[in-house]
Amino acid sequence: MIYEVFRQERKGQPFQHAGSVTAPDGAFAEIYAREQYGRRQESVALWLVPREAVSEIDEFPDEFELKYRRVDGYSIKARLHEARERAGTLDMAPGAASE
Amino acid sequence: MDTRTQEFLEYVQSGGQVETGDWMPDEYRARLIKFIEMHGNSELMGVLPERDWILRAPTLQRKLALTAKIQDEVGHAQLIYRVVEDLGKPRSACLDDLVSGKGKFHNVFHYPTKTWGDVGVIAWLVDAAAIVSQKALLKCSYAPYARIMKKICWEESFHILHGRDVILALVTGTDEQFELVQEALDRWWEPLMHFHGNPIPADEDPMVTWRIKSQANEEARQQFLEGYVPQILELGLTIPDPALRKDEESGTWLYTEPDWEKLRAVVTGHGPASEERLAFRRLSREDVAWVEQAVLAEAA
Repeated sequence: MIYEVFRQERKGQPFQHAGSVTAPDGAFAEIYAREQYGRRQESVALWLVPREAVSEIDEFPDEFELKYRRVDGYSIKARLHEARERAGTLDMAPGAASE
Repeated sequence: MDTRTQEFLEYVQSGGQVETGDWMPDEYRARLIKFIEMHGNSELMGVLPERDWILRAPTLQRKLALTAKIQDEVGHAQLIYRVVEDLGKPRSACLDDLVSGKGKFHNVFHYPTKTWGDVGVIAWLVDAAAIVSQKALLKCSYAPYARIMKKICWEESFHILHGRDVILALVTGTDEQFELVQEALDRWWEPLMHFHGNPIPADEDPMVTWRIKSQANEEARQQFLEGYVPQILELGLTIPDPALRKDEESGTWLYTEPDWEKLRAVVTGHGPASEERLAFRRLSREDVAWVEQAVLAEAA
């Protein structure tokens, strides 16, 4: 059996994938993971997950280009300029030359 | 080359990384297996010269440090063989090939250790040469290998310090102790110059083409010389190559061309200690076979 090993370096940090161990069962996997990923105090916690228990999703199609859900979907520069012009506040804009 | 392979090549050459389950060309997979397997073999064989010195190490502190280093190196072999297994070659097959002489391991582990000075030179300079290569592997296009290299490099830095400490203790000791280090350096300089391989240019090295390695052999050797020649000389030691000097204009180190035929002979199992080391590995593999059987029976 292959067990994926995730390790946490310090309390409060995310668990990160470190590698894997081969072991005949969960008890041996714990011993091996402790030895290979924790014996030098480099981890405060380990997660062991049988490889087949991991389901991976690696395709995220964006057929409709739903840009309105992201910051790059908005280009406000021209409209903001127009609005400031109308309000007569162009000189208040950040970066505008102040005398 | 078919389109898919061409695209893959462009992907890795532009810095892309590959995961275990991703499609990869057969040649890439075969080269990865061969290279990473040799790395695993080297970690495993590399502990044998040091193992000989656990009982002979001069103090309890040194025995403990040496034991910890050996434990680390065997741990590296475990991590590395796991990566090879995911690429399709089981660990047992790697070990079978190793003991039959088909598997390769690094040139430096084919040599005997005559004195405690050798142990210091190995832990300091051989590990220093190794860390130059291993740091470059942090950028390997095969991500699972690059990831475990982080842990390996972290542990190697303690090994280098341990080695340097052993050397410093000897060179500040009696004349006889200083001489032990000088003699060991004389013995190890040639294998150290062989370590990074013949100076094949990066654009002709398939390992660089596939971005398995990120630097050319000569680049690694230059980095080693640049970092360590001054550290060796400042201790009053003599490097046994009269031609060794830095060309200040080009910034490169010049040296007597090593005998590359000799390197080839050594890594194909014709080094002075190759036979003995492989015989020991064979013996210990037979000795511990019962453990594997017991573990598998226990779990069944």
